Amino acid sequence: MKIHKYDTVIVGAGGAGMRAAIEATKRSRTAVLTKLYPTRSHTGAAQGGMAAALANVEDDNWEWHTFDTVKGGDYLVDQDAAEILAKEAIDAVLDLEKMGLPFNRTPDGTIDQRRFGGHSRNHGEAPVRRSCYAADRTGHMILQTLYQNCVKEGVEFFNEFYVLDQLLVEVDGVKKSAGVVAYELATGEIHVFQAKAVIYASGGTGKFFKVTSNAHTLTGDGQAACYRRGLPLEDMEFFQFHPTGIWRMGILLTEGARGEGGILRNKDGERFMEKYAPVMKDLASRDVVSRSIYTEIREGRGCGPAGDHVYLDLTHLPPEQLDAKLPDITEFARTYLGIEPYTDPIPIQPTAHYAMGGIPTNVEGEVLADNTTVVPGLYAAGEVACVSVHGANRLGTNSLLDINVFGKRSGIAAAKYAAENDYVELPENPAQQVADLVEHLRNSTGTERVADLRLELQETMDANVMVFRTEQTIKTAVEKIAELRERYKNVSVQDKGKRFNTDLLEAIELGNLLDLAEVMAVSALARKESRGGHYREDYPNRDDVNFMRHTMAYREVGADGKDSVRLDYKPVVVTRYQPMERKY
Amino acid sequence: MATPTLDKMEAAAAASPYITVTFRIRRYNPEVSAEAEWQDFQIEIDPKERVLDGLHKIKWDLDGTLTFRRSCAHGICGSDAMRINGKNRLACKTLIKDINPEKPITVEAIKGLTVMKDLVVDMEPFFQAYRDVMPFLVTKGNEPTRERLQSAEDRERFDDTTKCILCAACTSSCPVFWNDGQYFGPAAIVNAHRFIFDSRDEAGEQRLEILNDKDGVWRCRTTFNCTDACPRGIEVTKAIQEVKRALITRRF
Repeated sequence: MKIHKYDTVIVGAGGAGMRAAIEATKRSRTAVLTKLYPTRSHTGAAQGGMAAALANVEDDNWEWHTFDTVKGGDYLVDQDAAEILAKEAIDAVLDLEKMGLPFNRTPDGTIDQRRFGGHSRNHGEAPVRRSCYAADRTGHMILQTLYQNCVKEGVEFFNEFYVLDQLLVEVDGVKKSAGVVAYELATGEIHVFQAKAVIYASGGTGKFFKVTSNAHTLTGDGQAACYRRGLPLEDMEFFQFHPTGIWRMGILLTEGARGEGGILRNKDGERFMEKYAPVMKDLASRDVVSRSIYTEIREGRGCGPAGDHVYLDLTHLPPEQLDAKLPDITEFARTYLGIEPYTDPIPIQPTAHYAMGGIPTNVEGEVLADNTTVVPGLYAAGEVACVSVHGANRLGTNSLLDINVFGKRSGIAAAKYAAENDYVELPENPAQQVADLVEHLRNSTGTERVADLRLELQETMDANVMVFRTEQTIKTAVEKIAELRERYKNVSVQDKGKRFNTDLLEAIELGNLLDLAEVMAVSALARKESRGGHYREDYPNRDDVNFMRHTMAYREVGADGKDSVRLDYKPVVVTRYQPMERKY
Repeated sequence: MATPTLDKMEAAAAASPYITVTFRIRRYNPEVSAEAEWQDFQIEIDPKERVLDGLHKIKWDLDGTLTFRRSCAHGICGSDAMRINGKNRLACKTLIKDINPEKPITVEAIKGLTVMKDLVVDMEPFFQAYRDVMPFLVTKGNEPTRERLQSAEDRERFDDTTKCILCAACTSSCPVFWNDGQYFGPAAIVNAHRFIFDSRDEAGEQRLEILNDKDGVWRCRTTFNCTDACPRGIEVTKAIQEVKRALITRRF
């Protein structure tokens, strides 16, 4: 075991982690621990753009953006946080441009902007051009630009270091962060990083679904590390299903395709979104569009012999426009489906995309231990966190914005905390829990296999807690997850070595997915209403009287050593906007 | 709307079930043996699936010790560059049907970088060369309040080289790099190009001097391996030629 000491440790090197690192490195001695090489993050897979009311191409302002974010989140958004997001969006985009990001340009040479789902002029009048973009590679450009600036600033990376435990120590009755424990993939060695401040920026947890746009590596590692140490997870029942994933594969096809004029059609060629969202049509919010697609499929208007998908039609758009604005997604269609999008519609289905919930934080990125108490020295930003700016449904282009605004804020806040505070003494045997976990998995002679359990988990999640949910389906999921968690105790790996043991890594990741799937299903079961991405067929309406509140899920360990999920609730921050019926 | 082709494709797929494919993989694990060796695996797979799917089937069903990097699985993250049937490709962008599955499909680590285990190589020298070309925007004077202006034409000038995902497929396909790891390699030059030809940047001269080094652009022998290998379709050799020309004319 090696012990390292840094002022600030950042867990994850995607957009939020690197944005935080650029700030923290300037102000404190900082290390970034990342499971992957920095430019491998799934931030790079984001396509369509980053919202900011620059008003470069038409009238816009941050207040309209705030409203759209709150409405898009079905009024579960904390409105003070949404206002910060929308106001600071403008500088966040300009910061990136100054760092070198190659945005598409208007004829005047300013940053070009395009339409995106749920973003509107004057509180829902019509779609507005708010998304700043670089073709359909905006996430790629953000990731590369942030890494370039990390190189410029001399950020210190520990590549392929997998953080497995969050060290919390009680000092004078207050739980504080003392550091993290990481597993070095190349050597199998365990490292303890003592740090004054820790920022989690380790991304989402979408791999517990089968049809997903998420990378194989998105397994909720940061959420699980905090949850196991007794910290709450907020709003985990809210998961976004992106309307346009490549049929069966789940690979993302940007909403920018519809922003550029693409149309969704059923087997009769009908533009069905006109029925469900007369004003915004194909650019309604993602939860609305995904439900509409599945309604078409369920009512027999799906495409193909099995009637299990619909079409994204780009054939009426000029090939030059597709080449200039959507080069990557058209290439995906050619590579993976053998389809020419100039002439043929692309088969799509909703794909598990984004966790609205996560580690609860305030607007400075400080992690909450309960509804109000912060954990000194602990921060989170990006998809791993829940501020909550996305509420029950995130608007497209608001996640690339989130990582930049709250990545920057948490980087500054953590470095400031590190400058003003001392190290917290490490607990005795700080690496014990991780050492035990690794040894258990490596030495287990159990008969259960990681790949089998993971597939069963993914299938039950797809079948039971996806776009449509009922008490019955969620209960089925809860029971299945409990069974899988039991069987997981008997899991073993074939690779017993220390060097690059990705077999072991996958086993650990599965443990994280199972714990988080349980939190999600239990949270979903208790929310007896429909709101944003959480749609209950048995409770089809939003219930603001009983459920306009955030779910806070805690892990509890009983006297018998068994753990379970305990739910509590936290009020939503409402400033300007009283809840209204949500129409697009 | 045009006639959907997928219906036809699916009808065809229903008639052609899974096929049996042999993966011939170059295995190496210094914890077990100092020697690398080829190992064959037979799997049932839909030919429309990716080589990465095949590797996963082997890892998940047959041999958990098989080791490779991967993440996004659709050609964006750059983790899974490997040598497939003798050519550098991304395993997640290569469909089985496109690489002659009647014969064994050979899979080995990319060349020119030290193999750590199976298909995993030490990427550090590759990233060091990248870091050495100042791969970041350098500007002088006061920052403007708003964005820097750039015409659509000026933006287009370096568009091709912004697509790089740092997968190392180009650099590890280059015979000069195989023979002498001191050469910066195509990827580093591509990333220098991306800034040299960006109208906002003011450090082009410095980058050109770095690449004028004995291990710089002049080592390139224009074999076009890099262009063929690039999974993003970047015209790598052309970019290198443009840097060479800029060095001679000092115009960019």
